[in-house]
Amino acid sequence: MANLAAVVGIGQTSYTTKRDDVSIAGLVREAAVNALDDAGLTFKDIDAVILGKAPDMFEGVIMPEIYLTDALGCNGKPMLRVHTAGSVGGSTALVAASHVQSGTFKRVLTVAFEKQSESNAMWALSNPQPFSTHLNAGAGGYFAPIIREYIRRSGAPDEVGIKVAVKDRLHGARNPLAHLQLPDITMEEVAESFMLWDPIRYLESCPSSDGACAMVIANEELADKASKRPAWIRGVAMRSEPTMYAGREEVNPQAGRDCAADVYAQAGIKDPRQDLDVAEVYVPFSWYEPMWLENLGFAPKGEGWKLTMEGATSLIDGGDIPWNPSGGVLSSNPIGASGMIRFAEAARQVRNDAGDHQVPGAKLALGHAYGGGAQFYAMWVVGSEKS
Amino acid sequence: MSEEKSMSEQHEIITGIEAPIYLKYNFTAGAAPTRFLAQLKKGKLTGQCRAEPGAPVYVPPRGSCPATGLPTEQEVEVSDKATVQSFTIVHIPIPGNPIEPPFVVANLVADGANISFIHLMSECDNAEVHIGQRVQAIWKPEDEWDYAMDNIKYFKPIDEPDVPVEQIGKLPVTGLEG
Repeated sequence: MANLAAVVGIGQTSYTTKRDDVSIAGLVREAAVNALDDAGLTFKDIDAVILGKAPDMFEGVIMPEIYLTDALGCNGKPMLRVHTAGSVGGSTALVAASHVQSGTFKRVLTVAFEKQSESNAMWALSNPQPFSTHLNAGAGGYFAPIIREYIRRSGAPDEVGIKVAVKDRLHGARNPLAHLQLPDITMEEVAESFMLWDPIRYLESCPSSDGACAMVIANEELADKASKRPAWIRGVAMRSEPTMYAGREEVNPQAGRDCAADVYAQAGIKDPRQDLDVAEVYVPFSWYEPMWLENLGFAPKGEGWKLTMEGATSLIDGGDIPWNPSGGVLSSNPIGASGMIRFAEAARQVRNDAGDHQVPGAKLALGHAYGGGAQFYAMWVVGSEKS
Repeated sequence: MSEEKSMSEQHEIITGIEAPIYLKYNFTAGAAPTRFLAQLKKGKLTGQCRAEPGAPVYVPPRGSCPATGLPTEQEVEVSDKATVQSFTIVHIPIPGNPIEPPFVVANLVADGANISFIHLMSECDNAEVHIGQRVQAIWKPEDEWDYAMDNIKYFKPIDEPDVPVEQIGKLPVTGLEG
């Protein structure tokens, strides 16, 4: 049985196209210092640092955890790097949590980042190999056919993807840290935006962002004494599956379903739509909201899009289960950090500390991340109470 | 002190420059892709599977069966006719690739294979490309064949009935005729 652990500090940078005022080291330090300030702690209070980022090819800095040791105040302390592609921010938080839940450390700092302005993520993912034609056009090109198949199966109308794109940007306009600030965005504007990878339009895609996110995770004894309300970690789960295997269910992957079932069982959740108050879910292309609504059990198969269309996932429309009140990945995407932002935003909600995008009275929240060819999943459930 | 301004006062401070680095690498194919690429050079599309009846056929093969981890020792020739499992119409160019957008990149399953690969579709009306559509490879001239999937220029639609969705990825090498 794991020991109790909680998030006692959260720090983020603001998210933007280009943070040319700081190096990668400056970027991660800013998030780390913000998290320590939030927890009322200093680097001296930290036993170990767990760092995550997406592929090293992005910025071309190999094993950046070594170079970032000084910036994260962990000279002479244990440091571990986590790497699970786009889901890494979530996996990193889980690895950090496990180091406290196991009793190995009392208090750890966890940080995830990406500096997309110093990289070209889309083409770093598209290097040529002779056994395949060189036609892979980044993540959008990979996910577009899967989205097309979801649309075929569910019979969902074209407006669904457009509605999510608008909803998450309206949410993002309430979050001062969000990269895209589009308070006046309309369905027409999204519908008329440039088609990139049919059926994915420009405004149905995430931006490229610079940014970092950090959390301090502490054991029960220290969390009980924390200056601000802790977010208690009530369930943690990771799953993965091969990207390429015959008969793979790509629209509704098994690893995602299994991961959700595991994390819900730990947190005592039977009906996620009813039992959870809010979810921060990794939705980099708008159609992934209805797809994950089904994969995560918020809606029956083929009906996720109906929740979106009813406004159930909209904080602004007073929906019963707001998804991504922070604006989500569609409003900010520093890739390696994006998963941790989901986890941290879930924790902010149950700490009642989410500012203008607070879901009133939120007590139980889901943080979710996925990565690679939708083969890596990381999830946690955090609550305002210990059980 | 000298009245001359120091260098940093005379010039704007440089905080960053763009310095692209190009990485060239040699690709070592490994045992399973070597067999696949050697057949491609002869104009044959092959897959591999575990040596047991009904084992799924992988194109391109990567050496092991992802479900079991067992080696895919058995080689199977598959057809150059295929079915569209899904597709996207790409509207942005690929750097270093002369292909003009918009172009169709399809997830295709060759007859006799059980997994899709991606390839270009051409000689088609983009608006009419659809899931279940039948296509066939258009190969480059034989003297241009190399150890590469690019020996196939693209796939073009053929006049055969659509494959029902539940049968996509399950056709034998003989195709629709069964």
